[in-house]
Amino acid sequence: MSSVPVETGTRIDELLAPWKGARREALIPILQEVQEACGYLPQEAIVRVSRHLDLPTSKVYGVATFYNQFRFQPPGRNQILVCRGTACHVKGSAAVLEAICDELQIRPGQTTRDGMFSVDVVACIGACGLAPVISINGAFFAGVTPEGVPAILESFRQKEAARA
Amino acid sequence: MLTLQVNGRPVQARQGDTVLDACERAGIRIPTLCHLAHLTPTGACRMCVVEIEGQRGLVPSCAFPAADGMRIETHSQRAVEARKVIVELLLSNHPDDCLYCVRNADCDLRELAAELGVRGRRYFGSKLDYRLDTSSPSVTRDPAKCILCGKCVRVCEEVQGVGCIDFNGRGSRTIVGTAFDQGLNVSSCINCGQCIMVCPTGALAEPNSLPQVLAALADPEVFTVVQHAPAVSVTIGEEFGVRYGVDVNDTLTAALRQIGFDRVFETSFAADLTIMEEASELVHRIQNGGALPMMTSCSPGWIKWVEQSHPDFIPNLSTCKSPQAMLGSLVKAWYAERQGVKPEKVFTVSIMPCTAKKFEVGRPELSRDGMADVDAVLTTRELARLIRMRGLDLQKLEPEEADQPFGERSTAGKLFGASGGVMEAAIRTAYFLITGKELEELKVQAVRGLDGVKEVSLEINGMKIGAAVASGLGNARKLLDEVRAGRKDLHFIEVMTCPGGCIAGGGQTLRVPLEAVKARMQALYAIDRDGPVRTSHGNESVQRLYREFLGEPLGELSHHLLHTHYEAREVVR
Repeated sequence: MSSVPVETGTRIDELLAPWKGARREALIPILQEVQEACGYLPQEAIVRVSRHLDLPTSKVYGVATFYNQFRFQPPGRNQILVCRGTACHVKGSAAVLEAICDELQIRPGQTTRDGMFSVDVVACIGACGLAPVISINGAFFAGVTPEGVPAILESFRQKEAARA
Repeated sequence: MLTLQVNGRPVQARQGDTVLDACERAGIRIPTLCHLAHLTPTGACRMCVVEIEGQRGLVPSCAFPAADGMRIETHSQRAVEARKVIVELLLSNHPDDCLYCVRNADCDLRELAAELGVRGRRYFGSKLDYRLDTSSPSVTRDPAKCILCGKCVRVCEEVQGVGCIDFNGRGSRTIVGTAFDQGLNVSSCINCGQCIMVCPTGALAEPNSLPQVLAALADPEVFTVVQHAPAVSVTIGEEFGVRYGVDVNDTLTAALRQIGFDRVFETSFAADLTIMEEASELVHRIQNGGALPMMTSCSPGWIKWVEQSHPDFIPNLSTCKSPQAMLGSLVKAWYAERQGVKPEKVFTVSIMPCTAKKFEVGRPELSRDGMADVDAVLTTRELARLIRMRGLDLQKLEPEEADQPFGERSTAGKLFGASGGVMEAAIRTAYFLITGKELEELKVQAVRGLDGVKEVSLEINGMKIGAAVASGLGNARKLLDEVRAGRKDLHFIEVMTCPGGCIAGGGQTLRVPLEAVKARMQALYAIDRDGPVRTSHGNESVQRLYREFLGEPLGELSHHLLHTHYEAREVVR
């Protein structure tokens, strides 16, 4: 997943070119491609996809917001995935998610104002033995507690500060 | 014919009926919250569930086809209890502010709660943090009161072909909203208000313009002028217990005078004026090679739709202002001075069957020196509130005539209230303008009635003129597509945004059956049949206005006061 934001719609148009003559059933694959290319679904892209498929923009936005897989803000430099699968749930992942959201002052699917963190919820990471588990930039953190959340986030802040 | 057993009695059904259709026709009322006749059944609300022998669970009757021999219980203990629980669940996150709700007397949800005996709160749902959308001059949205029945979404998409709203999000976080959850004002909403007409709760309503109007009425320095639209007088009676389709034109005039308006005019007068200009414009375009087919411009939802979604047809739109705008402009630019009143001391109010008119009066082209030609628009519903607030009994008032010089109208002007009416009035006058003679048969049957698209072809002095009428923008789109595809036989197209025309406008009385709309239409036709003056050019007040002030149709003054222009509009569509 690239996190390069698309400045213009040109790239979207290039991406739509092979979908010439596509109809509404192509909507979700197209949105997936856009997200793959941009890291999220920019407004401009949603409008262009709507025009391409001759659908009202509201329809495309409605479909896109139905699915957890689509996000509407550019992903953060550090992407946090919180597992909300059954095992993690039983082990208290709801409280972990709440702690992360409280600490960052954002909701799942959003990105902090400084672009440092984004939070997303996933159904199951497939690491149930580590529950409750979160992943940041692909690295797993096992047995996370709400109390442990600030320290984990702080380590990423310090890493970024050290690089700067 | 199919025979069903409903509640132990035989009920006849037609092939293709749903269980709900058959029961409704037999007078068995099954409550619904999401059902819309003629549109795709979604079975979303589950209020219409019934027991059908052989079916495992309760069945939504709106989406279940009737079959011969089917045995149905519509009001069994189980069905009624299920409905009650559904209403209780819908109320679990509903704001308990019925006392203050604009729909407190017209709410399906409140009525069902009463009917089913809901007397307390058993379920407590979590409430989401909703934003009231007051961005639009025509429609206010309150998602907190929305029960997600989806009627507004379907009307907007399936009837109007606009689709400016949809379900956003999922599960308990679902809300109905525009693309990117933006305000309606920047969306592709055309302000028609058909969503308000189908909303079962107070989630959708028009913004309240009564406070401004009451303030103007209370200010002795302000000269208040009111006009009422052709479709209002055949509807407003319904709000006061008069049966469908009774014209209360002159008692309405009396009521408005009692309320305190200094002058009461009829928009139908301006409709006659519109016809003089528009028929002249049509003849001029045909004779001089102007953009054809010419398209009517009195329905503001349609105008916004062309500007945002079909700007290639902007040159085809008649440049005539709508009748309310013509009258507003005449009052401020000419009449005020004649009365010795400064235009800035005049407050003009329009009573309209329409929510889009509230948007129209805010168009910058329809103002002069920073002053809007029309200051406030009240819908038929707001008018009913005003009449009640002033304690007037519409049935007991003595009829009175409207004020001159804008009080006289032909019956052609009155026909504007129904789909096809502008066309019929225009044909009468265009014929006269071309031939110098009156049509032998003034009634143009082909453009009457509730069909979505109506066409007529005429021969005037050897000239073939093709005319088409569409109501509901989904129907208008079909005509536009034909014209784009190269159809050449059409010279004049009338479009009304709301299906059936202003008699079914988005500002009209809520929750009436189709019979009411039909009766309003017949009332307008009866007025036309019996009226003394049936052509716009026959209206003596209109003739006098041209003689004393305007000069000729399409002349210099007309150009300034009665015509306007349109521009392509960027919206999220």
